[in-house]
Amino acid sequence: MTLVTVLLVAAALIGIGVWGALSQQSFVMLMMGIEMMVNGAILAGGAFWAFTGGGAPKGQVLVIVAMAVMAVEMSIGFALVVAVYRARQVDMTEGVSSLRG
Amino acid sequence: MTLAFVVFAAAAVWTGYRVFRTDSMVRASFLLLASFLNVGAILVLMLAEYLGTALLFMMTVEMVVMALFMVMFMMNPAGLNPMEMVHQPRFAAAAGIGSAAALAAVALFGRFPANPVDPNAATIRALGSELLGGSMLVFESAGVTLLATMVCAVVLSSHRGRFGDGDEGSVAPPLEPGGDHRPEDDLVDDADGGHHMHHGGH
Repeated sequence: MTLVTVLLVAAALIGIGVWGALSQQSFVMLMMGIEMMVNGAILAGGAFWAFTGGGAPKGQVLVIVAMAVMAVEMSIGFALVVAVYRARQVDMTEGVSSLRG
Repeated sequence: MTLAFVVFAAAAVWTGYRVFRTDSMVRASFLLLASFLNVGAILVLMLAEYLGTALLFMMTVEMVVMALFMVMFMMNPAGLNPMEMVHQPRFAAAAGIGSAAALAAVALFGRFPANPVDPNAATIRALGSELLGGSMLVFESAGVTLLATMVCAVVLSSHRGRFGDGDEGSVAPPLEPGGDHRPEDDLVDDADGGHHMHHGGH
């Protein structure tokens, strides 16, 4: 277990997250992709804390901020899913094509 | 140690991949939970015990909530039918592989300082002192942000607000005054037509 190996695992997780978030049609599955990206980011942050930061506690604080971001993303995302479902009865991204940019 | 890392890492990546490959959405959320738990285990191996444990507890609750949402909203939550709900699959796969390769290149070819954490250091105690000391503002800001998130989530998801329907203002006005033809009627013409139920008169 070295910095490089842990970062490679984190890169794989982030790649899986990008793939999932871009390919899934269901809103909740799309959010799972975003969660997976944050998952990789947390792992990478922990790796940098453990192998290059010398155990400086501020590195862990950064990871805690990433966890808070993930909680915010989840709850706001679910609230938006509920709001969209209530307004349009859709749970797929194609159903709100009027949001297309 | 190395063996444990290999097992956890392989499990994290494999369950993460299976999240988007399984037919059942409930199973997908529990696979995501498994991926998070393995990442938490890796964090514990890296001596970030507090972060690993916090991730473990947090994600367990979060993914159970997610599974509940799956059952409430989604088609096919139990995976009884094969499911293929994807769009732009090639582009998405290319983007995923590309971003993973770019990050892996950074990991392989970047030069980082080697300054590992001391295994005997009291890291959790140091983290606690930091959170309630030097990084108090960060910690408190995260707390206030989560409070604001709770308020926003309730506002967004409530059926009726204090001054009328919760989604008032998110429904586009008719194209002609007094008419019933709305812009999204032209945009959304799926087979289900479910959205017509909302503004009635069709």
